[in-house]
Amino acid sequence: MSEAPRYFVPHSSAWPIAGSLALFVTAFGAANLIQQSTDKVETTGDFGAPILTLGLLMLAGMMIGWFATVIRESQKGLVSDLLDQSYRMAMFWFIISEVMFFAAFFGALFYARIISVPWLAGAGNNLQTHLLLWPDFADTWPLFRTPGGNTAEPMAAWGLPFINTVILVTSSVTVTFAHWALKKDHRKFLLAWLAITVVLGLTFIGLQAVEYVEAYTELGLDLGSGIYGSTFFILTGFHGAHVTIGTIMLAVMLLRCAGGHFTPDNHFAFEAVTWYWHFVDVIWLFLFTFVYWF
Amino acid sequence: MTIKAQLNRIRQLPALSYAARWVLTTNHKDIGTMYLWLSFTLFFAAGAMAMIIRAELFQPGLQLTDPNFYNQMVTLHGLIMVFGVVMPAFVGLANWMIPLMIGAPDMALPRLNNFSFWILPFAFSLLLSTLFMEGGAPNFGWTFYAPLSTTYGPPSTDFFVFGIHLMGISSVLGAINIIVTILNLRAPGMTLMKMPLFVWTWLITAFLLVMVMPVLAAVVTMVLTDRHFDTSFFSAAGGGDPVMFQHIFWFFGHPEVYILILPSFGIASQIIPTFARKKLFGYHSMVYATASIAILSFVVWGHHMFTTGMPLFGELFFMYATMLIAVPTGVKVFNWVATLWRGSITYETPMLFALGFVVLFSIGGFSGLMLAIVPADFQYHDTFFVVAHFHYVLYPGAIFGTMAAVYYWLPKWTGHMYDERLGRIHFWSAFIAVNLTFFPMHFSGLAGMPRRVVDYSIVFTDFNMVSSIGAWLLGLTQVLFLYIVIKTIRGGEPATGRVWESAQGLEWTVPSPAPLHTFESPPDFEREYAREYRA
Repeated sequence: MSEAPRYFVPHSSAWPIAGSLALFVTAFGAANLIQQSTDKVETTGDFGAPILTLGLLMLAGMMIGWFATVIRESQKGLVSDLLDQSYRMAMFWFIISEVMFFAAFFGALFYARIISVPWLAGAGNNLQTHLLLWPDFADTWPLFRTPGGNTAEPMAAWGLPFINTVILVTSSVTVTFAHWALKKDHRKFLLAWLAITVVLGLTFIGLQAVEYVEAYTELGLDLGSGIYGSTFFILTGFHGAHVTIGTIMLAVMLLRCAGGHFTPDNHFAFEAVTWYWHFVDVIWLFLFTFVYWF
Repeated sequence: MTIKAQLNRIRQLPALSYAARWVLTTNHKDIGTMYLWLSFTLFFAAGAMAMIIRAELFQPGLQLTDPNFYNQMVTLHGLIMVFGVVMPAFVGLANWMIPLMIGAPDMALPRLNNFSFWILPFAFSLLLSTLFMEGGAPNFGWTFYAPLSTTYGPPSTDFFVFGIHLMGISSVLGAINIIVTILNLRAPGMTLMKMPLFVWTWLITAFLLVMVMPVLAAVVTMVLTDRHFDTSFFSAAGGGDPVMFQHIFWFFGHPEVYILILPSFGIASQIIPTFARKKLFGYHSMVYATASIAILSFVVWGHHMFTTGMPLFGELFFMYATMLIAVPTGVKVFNWVATLWRGSITYETPMLFALGFVVLFSIGGFSGLMLAIVPADFQYHDTFFVVAHFHYVLYPGAIFGTMAAVYYWLPKWTGHMYDERLGRIHFWSAFIAVNLTFFPMHFSGLAGMPRRVVDYSIVFTDFNMVSSIGAWLLGLTQVLFLYIVIKTIRGGEPATGRVWESAQGLEWTVPSPAPLHTFESPPDFEREYAREYRA
């Protein structure tokens, strides 16, 4: 570590422009795919899906290439303490930005529960609205009957969601065990605990999929089931996407650990992934409490 | 010859290596330059849209545009000015100046820095391409209120949504980079409370960006799912609420307003002491005031929504919270004026723009205070008075601030002094034109002229004619600005390292033009700091 230059200013890099192009192709493909696969706007052609696929592949390629470059630099000892600190701060602020992304959706959930649903049922000074628009509408949460008349059954908290809570909290513990093992250089324990964490992550994703199937087929709960369904799916959906990303990152860490990367005092990539994993865990606890339980 | 050697030969072709330098660069000065040119280019694009708007409003009735096209112009003008002009200009200045001001060799994460920039040309290509789509570009105003953007949005809305996502990614990554650079790469000895104010204001701005850009991403995502996937976030029939859109949007939108102005505060705080030849009055209170403004910006979003039927408690809370912001803002204006007090003032172009900023921004601040008063806002809401207000804080605020910064640091960037005579002509014509354009809008607005409408009652004609003439003049003055910048890049009186006789800060200890790599080892900050406080 000490022979690394104080400042590391990397030479020109092609990954940023590759990433920008990949993001553009992804965005362009996604917008077209969404238009072409729903019936809200008139479209011709079905090129959205292949373009989106191409964009995502480019994005994956860019990330693999870029991260590989950074890993090589780290293995060569180019990461000074100062740069290490920069990476740590950057990861911290990235997670803060992710927290705010979820905060906006929680804001929508609380707004619906505390303001818009009661108001539609006549709370506050909104009796006129209630009587004129939807006089039969009653304020309940979970909202199983919307003002427009859509019905759905709510998702119960103490079935799969509770099991998933246990799984995710457990995985946060196992990843910490893996970290302790890494710090003491117990490679076998490290690999074992990390592998268990990955399996727990995959189990969580699988059970979420089962839950979605149950919601769609048995409860009649889907994206169209009013504000309850909307907030339910957007929160659990984005959370599930983050768990998936986290699991991929954990799997990469598992491969790197198996490949002999990291030392007991130099393993920030590993720590960053654990931070991320704890972040998705904490978000889930809020989800479980406010989406499923209360 | 191996493939690798062949690739290397191709790379060394002059045209390609020139392009490669800019596309692949990790240098903060190169990236800063690209940000500034992107901003300048889009400034003329969005400015041209403003010219169309003003041409249409020169007289009542429909002259040039059909209402839908007019709405598209209003929307794109706002979106591009906010996300494509002011923000990239500030990020460009941050890129160029923050490493120089804190004595760092580059940004903390140079490759990420290049990524943040190169996302933007793609994002704005996506946004501008909507003009050529079936049904036209987004036409719901830059605030894209539901249901205008959900139920009634044109097909191009989906491309707008993804364009916003790209801009958001760029902003968040850029802001993270700036925070890390400032917190981690300062020269030894530069404690937080010894940082130049431009650095302080950018640190706080970057914090705001990290906090609110994800909220914007979330709200455009909800617009997208409401449009295509049957969700009911902004639809009362499903238990949601169109007003909820406004709450979430303005939770982003109000801090965003400060993102557009705080770096200008920092610029004024750099320039005014230099040309008043005095230490900045009240450095500490400047820092605390900026931080207070940032924190308050999270609890005032409701003042954009006084007429939506909020409960009385909400109206009162947002009114008082908003008026509270006048306190730290007043502290800042007081400090600028107190810095001038008994200074040996000279009026070079950067100083003129900085003073123009202080005076005209204050007018925008006062009209903001008027708008903060709930019963008064019921009258002003959605009139040209609001347009006058935010153009007074944005044009003489954000844009004049940027121009002051460009004149102030251009000699450092190019190694040449700009043409002082032309600079003064630019300032005075812009100063006159800006007032000619936006001051009459106060009157037409108070008299009841609604904003965002293509036609208007004949009684507002005089005011609108004056505004339009002012706007075209204002557009012309910026062509002069372009000429001055290009002229300075191509030649001119050589600039010294210090450039301005009493300029203070590490950026003036390097030669002009600043070499590509500076501060590869940390500078002697204490020496420069001692110089700073000699006065």
